[in-house]
Amino acid sequence: MMELVCPAGTPAALRAAVDAGAHTVYCGFADETNARNFPGLNFSRDELAAGVAYATARDAKVLVAINTFPRAGAAQLWHRAIADAKTAGAYAVILADVGLLAYAAETHPDLRLHLSVQAAAANPDAINFYATVFGVKRVVLPRVLTIDEIAQINHEIDVETEVFVFGGLCVMAEGRCSLSSYITGQSPNMNGVCSPASHVDYAEEGRDLVSRLGGFTIHRTPKTAPAPYPTLCKGCFSSGDQTGHIFEDPVSLDASHLIPALARAGVTALKIEGRQRSRAYVAQVVRTFRAAVEAQAMGLPMPDSALARLTEGQAATAGAYAKTWR
Amino acid sequence: MDLTVGPNFFFWDAATVRGFYQSVAAVPVARVVLGEVVCSKRLPFWQDEIPLAVESLLAAGKAVAISSLALITLKRERKQTAELLQLGLPVEINDLSALHNVPQGTPFWVGPLVNVYNEGTLRWLAQRGAVRVCLPPELPLASVAVLAGIGRELGVAVEVWGHGCVPLAISGRCYHARLHDRSKDSCQFVCAEDPDGRDVQTIDQQKFLTVNGVQTLSQSTASMARQIEPLRAAGVDALRLSPQIGNFAALCEGYAARLSGKVSADALALQLANHGRPLSDGFLNGAAGVTWSGSLVFRQTLSGFEQEKRLL
Amino acid sequence: MPAPNLPLLPRPLAFAVRPLPTLPLTAVLGWMAQRMARAHPTLLQRMGQHAGRRFLIDPTDFPFVLLLHPASGAISAHRRGKLPAYDARMAGPMSAFLAMMHGAEDGDALFFSRDLTIEGDTAAVLALRNAIDDAELDLSVELTAASGRFANVTRRALARAEQMTGLTLHRVEAEDLR
Repeated sequence: MMELVCPAGTPAALRAAVDAGAHTVYCGFADETNARNFPGLNFSRDELAAGVAYATARDAKVLVAINTFPRAGAAQLWHRAIADAKTAGAYAVILADVGLLAYAAETHPDLRLHLSVQAAAANPDAINFYATVFGVKRVVLPRVLTIDEIAQINHEIDVETEVFVFGGLCVMAEGRCSLSSYITGQSPNMNGVCSPASHVDYAEEGRDLVSRLGGFTIHRTPKTAPAPYPTLCKGCFSSGDQTGHIFEDPVSLDASHLIPALARAGVTALKIEGRQRSRAYVAQVVRTFRAAVEAQAMGLPMPDSALARLTEGQAATAGAYAKTWR
Repeated sequence: MDLTVGPNFFFWDAATVRGFYQSVAAVPVARVVLGEVVCSKRLPFWQDEIPLAVESLLAAGKAVAISSLALITLKRERKQTAELLQLGLPVEINDLSALHNVPQGTPFWVGPLVNVYNEGTLRWLAQRGAVRVCLPPELPLASVAVLAGIGRELGVAVEVWGHGCVPLAISGRCYHARLHDRSKDSCQFVCAEDPDGRDVQTIDQQKFLTVNGVQTLSQSTASMARQIEPLRAAGVDALRLSPQIGNFAALCEGYAARLSGKVSADALALQLANHGRPLSDGFLNGAAGVTWSGSLVFRQTLSGFEQEKRLL
Repeated sequence: MPAPNLPLLPRPLAFAVRPLPTLPLTAVLGWMAQRMARAHPTLLQRMGQHAGRRFLIDPTDFPFVLLLHPASGAISAHRRGKLPAYDARMAGPMSAFLAMMHGAEDGDALFFSRDLTIEGDTAAVLALRNAIDDAELDLSVELTAASGRFANVTRRALARAEQMTGLTLHRVEAEDLR
């Protein structure tokens, strides 16, 4: 059976994910060492230890994301996070920064290392580089690759691959995007946030709801229409005589129907995005995908996905997996 | 502190490229990086200009390096990257995977599109053979200072983004093609129509971003005109000036004059503001990159072709 | 597309509650909030600096709005005509708040579909939402425990109220979600 890797933004969400059938859950500490550094989210050291105990008792694994790029002069914060994740019993840490990978490989040689999607390792040369030099055992593939490219990559590497199948979609090469810091001063790379809530403003103007980020208008929708969060690259903009979602529509990924193709492409694990979502979201999504991977393992067709209400903008896409996305 | 001309991000025709490097050969910059960073589909149209440009730049006493792509995915791109080393010039990697082709011990440069945020990464790259690093444009001054100090210790030259629309993101999707309802595979090279990139506004007409094929840039032009003193104090070795359409030679002269103290920050800023895009330097101050530390006021929305400039 | 099963408070109930003076309601709510804060100490911790913000909870089918100040555990009821000062406001049918609080519906989904709307300090709203989601609150359990020796009566009344109104008055377990 393909491994189902599920998000845990809070201890309650971790338990919900495990109870719903996650093989593995991933989480982060409540600071800038991980790329979901949002208000009210993430784990203290004690909460992580409790979460690992809960998961282990149910044969599930816990991964800790320490996938931002340490700040010059403050790397100890990230070093402590790695040590504490190991002490708490994490199965692996998920890293992106070269310096941090070098540190982990040298200081904690027994700690299993996964390569974050924030390392944007988009070809076999990149993946083999991280594998040979730092000993990473698994790579989370960037969301810009097609299924054929994923299959090709798997032929040329020895490490496991983990691929996103559901949730928010990043259209730019991850870990290499400064759109957010250009507008707000905070970036996913340095601070673990993109389009931070602290810079969001919703204003009712006439019949419209206008959502702005850092003072820039991202969406203007009728008050009765769905209201997407003003993620920078998902907004409605204009260029010349064109107005629309220049970069990406505010939809999210649902590649559940592509699970058999991903299995044939040699993918080891399926990743669900959503550490910032509620335990209700996590339970429903994980249950749905657990049913899917079990069906896949038995050679049965994929069950119909009833997850429309949970996808941003209430519509889903297969993302880059289909080549026409480019 | 001296000046580096970075690789041109835009799609210019062969004649424009030729003219550009001819003019750069005569300006007071120490080194030039050239090569295709954004899209491998463009190379056949202008790569024949590269040997000629290299020759004239070297003859003019400039150091020259050749850049890799920023996002290497296709097999032929991996092959092309391997071939870069055969030119006999230092390679500037703008995608970490390009390192695969650089043998241990061979010196190389690191471009601004590789994530060098901290001491650990800089040290690792140095021991691997890096001799010059251009830091990511979003780094605040405090980080720049720490890294420049370590660079000094290790004999690695540390550059910062000095001038140009800031490269903010790179993607597998081509936004130029998308604006023309095409995909990257069938783009018909529309990015060539916008030698300075194609501007994107918010629906409230605020100046926002600039699209250049698969790359997204700031619409404002970042300039370190007002940041020379702090950067010098931080120990930065060079400013990187990014090619743009217009009188680039005059732009380089302007920065050279600023570095030698012949012109003031405000005078240089005024000269640069004539180009038509607002200026910005927010990243270095740890603020939003789009902000400008000076007193020049730029009209932030589109309304006509004139730009308001007032020195308060 | 609004959530398919978010009921509105029955008109008679809302109407009946309207003339009630706010003070007793505030007293009861305040006391409840203190009990819940004591039972869930990590909730405040999780909110960090945002615990000091003032949240206006505006159940649009209810005659009152509620002002919540997590750091002090204060919660008060106010009439719509005289809104108190607030840092963030959430509005929507009472059922949406209860469903979100009890893990029956996902907060983001309720915001996308505009069943819940937010205004003001978005970061504070996120902090509150995440903290409440983690706390796994259960209004029925709290009310039942608070009623002391009338626990059984309360429990039955709550079950009947849920049936009649369709409101989610107890914590929903993961297995019960569709």
